[in-house]
Amino acid sequence: MITGLVGGILLAGLTLYAALGGADFGGGLWDLLAGGYQRGRAARQLIDDTITPVWEANHVWLIFILVVFWTAFPAAFAAVMTAAALPLWLAAFGIVLRGSGFAFRKEVEALHWQRVFGAAFAFSSLIVPFFMGTVIGAIASGRVPASLARTDLAVWTGPTSLLTGALFVAVCAYLAAVFLTREASRRSDDRLRRYFARRAAIAGAVSGALALATLLEIHSSDPALFHGLTHRALPLVIISAACGIAVIAVLATGRSHALRPLSVLRPLSVLGVAAVVWGWGIAQYPVLLPGTGLTLTSGAAPHSILVTVVVVFAAAVLLVGPSFLLLFSLHGRQLLEGEKQAGKG
Amino acid sequence: MATTLGFHIILACFGIAFPTVVLVAEFRGLSRSDDVAMLLARRWSQVMGVLVAVGAVTGTVLSFEMGLLWPGLMRTYGAVLGVPFGFEGIFFFLEAIFTGIYLYGWQRLPGWAHFWTGTPIAITGLGGAVAVMAANSWMNSPGGFTLSHGKVVAVDPWQVFFNRASLYETPHMILAAYMVVGFLIASVYAAGILRGRRDRYHRLGFGIPFTIGAVLTPVQIFVGDTAARAVASQQPVKFAAIEYVTRTGRDVPEYLGGFYVNGKVYFGLRIPYADSLLVGFRPSTRVTGLDSVAAADRPPALTLIHLSFDAMVGLAFLLLLAGLWALWTWRRRRGLPRESWFWWLGVICGPAALVAMECGWIVTEVGRQPWVVYQLMTTNQAATTNGGVIDSLTAVIILYAVLGVTTLVILRMLARRWRRGPQAEAEAGVPYGPPAERREATGREPA
Repeated sequence: MITGLVGGILLAGLTLYAALGGADFGGGLWDLLAGGYQRGRAARQLIDDTITPVWEANHVWLIFILVVFWTAFPAAFAAVMTAAALPLWLAAFGIVLRGSGFAFRKEVEALHWQRVFGAAFAFSSLIVPFFMGTVIGAIASGRVPASLARTDLAVWTGPTSLLTGALFVAVCAYLAAVFLTREASRRSDDRLRRYFARRAAIAGAVSGALALATLLEIHSSDPALFHGLTHRALPLVIISAACGIAVIAVLATGRSHALRPLSVLRPLSVLGVAAVVWGWGIAQYPVLLPGTGLTLTSGAAPHSILVTVVVVFAAAVLLVGPSFLLLFSLHGRQLLEGEKQAGKG
Repeated sequence: MATTLGFHIILACFGIAFPTVVLVAEFRGLSRSDDVAMLLARRWSQVMGVLVAVGAVTGTVLSFEMGLLWPGLMRTYGAVLGVPFGFEGIFFFLEAIFTGIYLYGWQRLPGWAHFWTGTPIAITGLGGAVAVMAANSWMNSPGGFTLSHGKVVAVDPWQVFFNRASLYETPHMILAAYMVVGFLIASVYAAGILRGRRDRYHRLGFGIPFTIGAVLTPVQIFVGDTAARAVASQQPVKFAAIEYVTRTGRDVPEYLGGFYVNGKVYFGLRIPYADSLLVGFRPSTRVTGLDSVAAADRPPALTLIHLSFDAMVGLAFLLLLAGLWALWTWRRRRGLPRESWFWWLGVICGPAALVAMECGWIVTEVGRQPWVVYQLMTTNQAATTNGGVIDSLTAVIILYAVLGVTTLVILRMLARRWRRGPQAEAEAGVPYGPPAERREATGREPA
């Protein structure tokens, strides 16, 4: 019972990281694709404004996931970290480059240095979700062995892994474009709104196609997971698909006028992504590491630790939740900007 | 891991203590309508923005490395270590959230409201330090769990969090963080004053952080002394390594400096009875030596441990001296010393505090070897069995070297821009284009 609860906490963390952190990664992707410095300036400025005050807080969800994972399911954590060491190292490098590149770009003046740091930020925004996706793909497709000794550095290069990696990148791009469309429309910037709406629709379609391809791949390579997805988790799969289609429909129709429907975009897109995360979790329940016999119960830490995890999570919800709301509402009311002018005095 | 930690610990210091320093300046600026203090607070917070970002990502890499490098440790003790890190997670969340509000709220949030959004950062920085130090000191003084057939079967979170070693390690580290940050910022302005920039901006920029560091130095020396005595009783082999105690016995001498080769100390200044006196205040105090355990269970690199310890203590007294000098002139004529000797000392204080902190870290980490969890798990058992560890470590070292140098260069650049005056500042920080066009380009209208 409590193991299911802790598994749910882990999934909740994953959902929040996917939705919030994912959008920040996607921002980096659009920064990468924004074109030369003249053409891409407006888009980059919007991306920069949107990400700046919140990305560090959003990023903490990753640390939260890692800590809950190793605390509640230490054996599975050690197995994943050993088997998927290579993509995780690469993701870690990407995280360093991304955060520091982003922070440094703001502080340098010379254009060529802005380009260097901007490139570091944008390029690593591409590789981090990709490698994380490959790790999730490797876990889901049962390629991670339970024994630390029997490791194979190639666990993450299976077709499911690569497809999941690509899917992660596309979903990040999709979320970011949706968020940025909303942001541009609130700033009554019609040009940027259209710009990101077009990209959101494309990224949404690509994400849908990749999700479908992954599903087909799983059908042949991993019948157990496929069965879970098409039976127990079927409602969630349907919700996810419906959300994706609805978002694309709103983007296509809401082009010329009417800002109102745009406000449903963000919740819809987040719901679609959340449904995928929970669909995966429910499809595979109660298995923790497919193919190893580790389940939520057999792989769990002692009871007292699980209780501690739940208590810590409850405390986090009570303390962190309101703080996040404060941050997002201040950011939404555009009260958080102007660090650039900070030194003016 | 050591590289990442050695690097991250500097940033962690800034995460713990820098917000307080900034807030002190802002408080002064608000309460006395002191524009110079306000300007300092704003500029420091901009530096804080860079350091927090780099600290956030290196901290994330650390949590990756826990698993990537130490799967053996995590598989057995992950559940135990999760307790302090879980709390650290909450503190870090709050820190990141309020940092986002504080750093970017300068323009639009009213003065005191802005100040109060900064106070949670200072508090959660302390909380995070307590949590991380709980994890580290637990490795020195493991307890609060039950082992059965090599598996942890029950955990008492309370005992894990407040283990014996955390009582002295935690305050020692937090004080160190405040000293490192205080003295480092102060040395930047001391360098400016040495170059003739003796305006109020520089004096205040030196005065605020230097006072924080200097006031805490004597406290730190007291805490450190207590900690050393606790190590002597709780981790006698580490203490023996620190003080070159080869054989258990009474009337143990103290060595200042010196190299340890094959059981003998060369070139060290030998003070008879001093070590026994320091441990138990009597020459007859019995001190446990390295011979109390088998050779395989003794820490390696004794010379490194001993010299690091001596350096740490020596530098602490140097910092104390600088603080006393400033206090003396302040009492005499309400001003900072005019002698350029003092300012040279002020410049040295920052790096000195930093080196002292890193030395202390070497002492506690290398001194615990060969154990990763004291007397329960060796470092070899904890480490990954993956090949390619050396490759990934090389990559980490290169990456961090680049990161460190870049951070310094960026901060230098900021300082130079500030010196050019407000015009240069207003122009700066606009990605990809001339500032004048920016507002139209984004089409932004104030809400």
